[in-house]
Parts: sequence; C-alpha cells; structure tokens
Amino acid sequence: MNVAIIDYGSGNLRSAAKAFEQAVSELGGGTVQLTKDPDGLRNFSHIVLPGVGAFSDCMTRLSATDGLIESLQEQVFIKAKPFLGICVGMQLMADVGREHGETDGFGWIPGEVISISPHNRNIKVPHMGWNDLQIIDSTHPLLRDLPEGAHTYFVHSYHFVTKDERHVLATVNYGKPLTAIVGRDNLIGTQFHPEKSQRTGLRIIKNFLGWRP
Amino acid sequence: MLKTRIIPCLDVNNGRVVKGINFVDLVDAGDPVEQAMIYDSAGADELCFLDITASHENRSTIVEVVAKTAEKCFMPLTVGGGVRTVEDVRTLLIAGADKVSINTAAIKNPKLINDAASKFGSQCVVVAIDAKLVNKSYRIFTHGGRKETGISAIEWAKNAEASGAGEILLTSMDRDGTKMGFDLELTRSVSDAVSIPLIASGGVGTLDHLAEGVTRGHASAVLAASIFHFGLYNISEAKAYMEKVGVAVRPIEII
Repeated sequence: MNVAIIDYGSGNLRSAAKAFEQAVSELGGGTVQLTKDPDGLRNFSHIVLPGVGAFSDCMTRLSATDGLIESLQEQVFIKAKPFLGICVGMQLMADVGREHGETDGFGWIPGEVISISPHNRNIKVPHMGWNDLQIIDSTHPLLRDLPEGAHTYFVHSYHFVTKDERHVLATVNYGKPLTAIVGRDNLIGTQFHPEKSQRTGLRIIKNFLGWRP
Repeated sequence: MLKTRIIPCLDVNNGRVVKGINFVDLVDAGDPVEQAMIYDSAGADELCFLDITASHENRSTIVEVVAKTAEKCFMPLTVGGGVRTVEDVRTLLIAGADKVSINTAAIKNPKLINDAASKFGSQCVVVAIDAKLVNKSYRIFTHGGRKETGISAIEWAKNAEASGAGEILLTSMDRDGTKMGFDLELTRSVSDAVSIPLIASGGVGTLDHLAEGVTRGHASAVLAASIFHFGLYNISEAKAYMEKVGVAVRPIEII
C-alpha cells in the first residue's frame, strides 16, 4: 500500500505521518509519503488529509496549490480510493464550514460545520481531551476490533452536522452528541486525532489501511 | 463523556529532564524521550514538556526532543518555555507538538496569542500563567516566576481567552514544588472566569491533590511532575484513585 498524506502546511502533518509509518510497519510494509503534487496522487492507494486550525484557513491553503483540490476530487470522489480526513480534514468533506465566515467545503458528505456553542457554562470549548466513542455502525471495517467504550483524543471547537444521519458512524457525548466519525462509500473522517490516540488510534489507522471499500 | 486528563510534566533543561522545586534547585532526572515513552505506555493522557531555561539559552535542543518524542509516542504533546514568536510556535508544531504554551512573551505582547491562534487555530495555543498571592490578590509573574507584573491572574486569563487562547495552564508559584496540593482558590477562581479548559499545576504531593484540582478547583486537567517522576505514584494508581472518588478518567488502554 502507498499512503499519500496531503502536505499543505497543517500542524499535525508530521505526527500523522509518523503514526501512519508505525501502522504501515506493523502491517508488514508499504510507503507513507507527504505530497502536494496533484498529478502524483494517482500513484497512491490511500489518501489522508490531516488538518488543524480553522476551516477557512485550511481551505485557503489547500487551494494555494493549483489543481490539488481537483485532483483530490478525481482520485477520491471519482476513482473512489480510500480516503481518511482527520479533524479539519474530516470537516472539509462538508458542503460548508461556518468558522470565520462561510466557506465552501468539498461537498462529499452533505452537511455543515458549525460551532459547538454549549448552553451550559461548565462545558468548556474547545472540546479537548479523551472521550469515549458511541459507535453507531459497529459493522464498519474501520471500527473492527475496537473495544466497547474506546477513547480517542479530541480537540475542536466546531463540529460536523450531517444532513443524512446514516453518514454518522460514531458520536461522542459533550453536552450533546457530536459527530465523531463520518463515512460513506470510500470516505471516512474522524473528528478526533487517531495519530494522537495511542493504541486505539493506531488500530483505527490500521483498519483504514486494510479497508477495501 | 469527556475525561479528566492526567498530564505528567517534564521540565527540560538543555535536553535533559529536571525536577522543579520553586523553579530553582534542579536535579537531573533523566532522558526526556525515554521518559515520554514510559508515560505513553503507562497511559498518561497527555505529556507536557517545559523548557525551563529557554528564556536565556539555546532552544534548539527542545525542538529535537519534541521531534524524537513525536516519532515514538502517539499521544498529545504540549510544549512550552521561551516561546516568543509565531515562528517559534510553528517550529514546535511542525516538530510534532500539538499545543504550544506561551507565557512571558504573551504578557509582553498579547497580540502574539491572537497571531498564533489565527495562524494555527486556538486549539494549539495554551497560555501559561504563573500566579502568586500578593497582598491578598493573585498576581502573575513572568520569566519563570522571577518577575512580578502586578497584573491580576483572573483578568489576564480572561484576556488570554479573548485573544484566542484555547487553554490555560495555571501554575501556583506559592505551591509549586511544595507537595502541599494545588492552590484551589486560585484554580477555581481562574477556571470559573473562563470558558476554555484549564490545566491546574503546582503543588501536587498526593493522589487526593490531583482529584481536588478537579472537584474543588474545577480544572479540566491536572498536571504533576515529581510525584510521577520519582515513582511515588504511577499513572494507573492516579487513575484508580480518581475513579474511586468520582472523577471520570480514561481507563488504561487494553488493546
């Protein structure tokens, strides 16, 4: 397997790459490459889009490389390669993000990304730390071998509200249920950071790498 | 539900871990990367590196420590000490830090919080506050606790939040290194004044101190150094104790 990690200056890039390298080596081999070359994307079997920071800022930086978003559309949406979006990389699959104004997303999974805005002052934002996943679709290959109540590491102030609830594979409780994992066809997105979620995170990454949608 | 984080803090001096007693009297306690790996496998929820000499000395050693740690430990990592510019924040994030804590430089130039938050997101900007009781009110200190500013800790925390900080790391100068427990009044008054998470720090000597930081201090996370470094307690004992007194923590992973 050849894993492309899209390099657009995201802060968690190196951590994501290291976690994927670890997962690949535990699976017996393959390559992990950081890339922003639109033409080169066709040579990879799996595509990962990391992302931290603001939705609009991430979209701007992705757009700064000519042809990158178009190439992602082609490889992921048309050629249906397994795709994993992490944190803002997951949120970018929405139609629209409402952080710092209104920004169009890829529109791969219908819905919008909005502020968590809790009513209760005891609920601090960002939602930061370890929270247990409420798995809705336990048959999905991404969630294979995860123990009941597995915890993953979250850090976000905005969340993905999908139009179709069937696109939510897991939620997390933080004052209300928030989307933790979205998915449809060959697309997966995690609001949490698998690259920072210790063994549980590596398990999810390995499941993604073994997935043949 | 979201769990209370237990965060061991490694004070790093020239690439080596040292213990902190009132910010002086340092004793070498080992290699940071090795210690990080031990805490990773022990189930720590996050790690904190504090480069304590960074204000005066060469900082490149901490970047190397972060980069090596991020290769081995797949857990959240906060790094602070001597962070002065947006470029410093970027260097640490790229090396593998998830959050960067800013102390002195943010007080001198509050716009730094805003600049870092708008570049990299609030989620990675931690404002570290060193506070001490002066004439019955909590005041903040800079330069590793050596310089008094006269600024109120509570007001500064609110400012930091308004400027875009995603978290507060609050250290009681009075309690740091004393093993007498957190300054709960300080912790609670700052935590209640902001709507971002707060990490309590300074003074942990027993497991009950950790729990009190949450139950009475209203902290979202608790940080401790020497009780873990010198084997007084381990992470799993800390978690078992917290669970017993009703503070929800993440169980140690079993996969």
